[in-house]
Amino acid sequence: MVAIREMPLKEFVLKGNAACAGCMDTLALRHALKALEGKVIQVVPACCTSVIQSLWPKSGLGVPILNTAFMAAAATASGVRAALKAKGREDVQVMVWAGDGGTFDIGIQALSGAFERRTDFLYVCYNNQVYSNTGTQRSGATPLYAQTTTTWYGKTEPEKMLDLVVAAHEPAYQATANAAYPRDLYEKFKRASEIHGPKFIHVLIPCPQAWNYPVELGVEIGKLAVETGYWILWERIGDKFKLSPQSKRFQDPAKRKPIEEFLKLQGRFSRLFKPKKDEKKIAELQAYVQHRWDVLMRTFT
Amino acid sequence: MVNQVNTEPKSRADMPKTPYSAPVIGSTGKTGSWRTFNPVIDYDTCNRCRTCWLYCPEASIDLDEDGTPHIDYDYCKGCGICAQVCPKKCIEMVRAGQEEAT
Amino acid sequence: MKTLLMSANYAAARAIVSARVEVVAAYPITPATTVPEQIALLDEEGIYKGEFIRVESEHSAMFACIGASSTGARAFTATSSNGLLLMDEALHWAAAARLPIVLANINRSVSPPWNIHVTHDDSMSKRDTGWIQFYVASVDEFYHTIIQAFKVAEDERVLMPVMVSADGFVLSHTVSTFDYLEPEEVDEFLPPYKPPHWVMNPDNPVSHGNIVFPEYYQEFRYQMHEASKNALKVYEEVERDYKRLFGKYFGGPIDQYRCDDAEVVFTSQGTVGAEAIDAIDELRDEGYKVGAARVRMYRPFPVEPMRALASKVKAFASFDRGVSYGFGGHVANDIRAALYHSPYRPIVKSYIGGLGGRDVTVDDIKEIILDTVKAVESGEMGPEETWHDLLE
Repeated sequence: MVAIREMPLKEFVLKGNAACAGCMDTLALRHALKALEGKVIQVVPACCTSVIQSLWPKSGLGVPILNTAFMAAAATASGVRAALKAKGREDVQVMVWAGDGGTFDIGIQALSGAFERRTDFLYVCYNNQVYSNTGTQRSGATPLYAQTTTTWYGKTEPEKMLDLVVAAHEPAYQATANAAYPRDLYEKFKRASEIHGPKFIHVLIPCPQAWNYPVELGVEIGKLAVETGYWILWERIGDKFKLSPQSKRFQDPAKRKPIEEFLKLQGRFSRLFKPKKDEKKIAELQAYVQHRWDVLMRTFT
Repeated sequence: MVNQVNTEPKSRADMPKTPYSAPVIGSTGKTGSWRTFNPVIDYDTCNRCRTCWLYCPEASIDLDEDGTPHIDYDYCKGCGICAQVCPKKCIEMVRAGQEEAT
Repeated sequence: MKTLLMSANYAAARAIVSARVEVVAAYPITPATTVPEQIALLDEEGIYKGEFIRVESEHSAMFACIGASSTGARAFTATSSNGLLLMDEALHWAAAARLPIVLANINRSVSPPWNIHVTHDDSMSKRDTGWIQFYVASVDEFYHTIIQAFKVAEDERVLMPVMVSADGFVLSHTVSTFDYLEPEEVDEFLPPYKPPHWVMNPDNPVSHGNIVFPEYYQEFRYQMHEASKNALKVYEEVERDYKRLFGKYFGGPIDQYRCDDAEVVFTSQGTVGAEAIDAIDELRDEGYKVGAARVRMYRPFPVEPMRALASKVKAFASFDRGVSYGFGGHVANDIRAALYHSPYRPIVKSYIGGLGGRDVTVDDIKEIILDTVKAVESGEMGPEETWHDLLE
């Protein structure tokens, strides 16, 4: 694991941008760009990042940013890569930085097409489990029973397991990451930067707006996601699967913290606790944790 | 060849043909004005572990060569994550306007 | 320059070789399909030297072109009807991003019902996107207008994308000879594309597309409007260079035939304009003073050339192979609007026909022209809009 001291100091996320205080997207992006050393063309569909970058004529991000339409991120990236190839520039990374909306839902077709064509690029889904840019409506990534502005009494379906959809395209590199684990994230981006072919990194982003928690708890909640076994950190280089060290321990259900500890800190799950604690729904969410571990391990091992 | 514009135009003649922007610190202004709480570091307890620097979402903590962190109060938005993650608990979030004189 | 024999679609595929296009992203749709098919073959055989992205939809095709053009590459795609409509948001995007992308559109009816034959509604409904629009009437014109399109698009005074439309099946699949230019022959006319304003390059990072508030949005749009209007003058220069270098000229924004002493002029777009030549000759032999004006450049609308033409004639018989529902023929109404504030206001009779691939023959055109001639002779205009050959 890279030591903090070894991480480069140069910043590509420039302070004074339009992100909310405590935004975990910018935290993840900081370290992603450090790992890529800024040698990247970043394609950004409609999402929070397209606002965080600030208003014309100023950009809060120190790398080339190509904004594109909501459903078009991966297709635009295919075009960027083709142009780089036509110009003989092989040394530049092409990275899509898209939210869960632009990946799970409206952007899934372009994602699938670009991966099936083996486009040499890195697709990053930074997932705060809602359509955040438009004000936190539910997405295909919103968990069961979470409150959003289009599921006021809680979403009635679980989130789709997008990682399996991506895996079906047999990418050259695939990983999950978490903004609360920046060193692990940094390493995964570094590894990805050395691999050619279609690559996918799925980053969990706690969001003070969408998840409704006191802003300073972002890292704590991100860590609870892993410690409850809810968010599993892993990577796959080709078809070699590896659980990341931070999640390995939680393969054993006895070692996991109860899901309640993750849920009760977030206002979006407050209906599970007030006015009366809904044990049945919490138990469902708890069972769901094991279900996802089962599916993951069954698929990749 | 690429017009490095990041100042607001005074006339149409100053405008590029399509909106492209240049990277600059403080793109949304001095976001330090957003704060209601200021992070204050106790340098006697601080062991220069750089954890606060690692987790700052705004990249508004600068490091000396020996790792001493300095909060850039012009841009720090006061989220409080640094105070939460500090292993030595040596960062205090002090209500703005109520700081003790140093 | 050498003579080749092939369909208009195949010729379009050759045009992108001649123009040294660097990235093509295209998706099949009848009757444009044979364009990407031929490009695929030329790509795999190493004749087309650029990249060909076999995208999964037309929306992705145009956004891939946008990604490529934003990174400094000369980009192209081909599509038709519903495919063109699917990429609508992308068309608006390319124009506002000031990317000189060229698109070959094969005119075809939009659905439902399914109809794979020619109607102009597809490209006509995109006339507000900012794309410069050409309509062609022969294999040779299609091939060369595509090459010219890059020159117009990449001119610093323009920097707007260009659409070249050809009638589905009637032209796209018609085999004819055309004059082919090797890339080396085109180089002097069309140098490599160098984006003069912004490009994606980590050596000089910029962000494109950030939010613009009401203070400035309007001025960006004004610039697009001016740039589109500049294309008229730029195209004049382009055709002059083309004539000098290759000895070819296609008629400017409005290709006029025997209009100088015409009383009635038949206007049209696409292959009907080619058929009109025969109709004019036959009517002239019968003593009628008529001419044909084929609108080649539709956006920007050639206001001054149209007014100049109007100064000479008594009436226009204006044929549209499409309709703007609730108001009428696209081009007929634009002609009327262009003439409204000019001193020359001959009557403009609108004729709508040929939809869904309905054949428009020389006899049909003669009938239409004679209908307008009758209006001129009787002094009574009659209906402002007539649907030709409509089932009773």
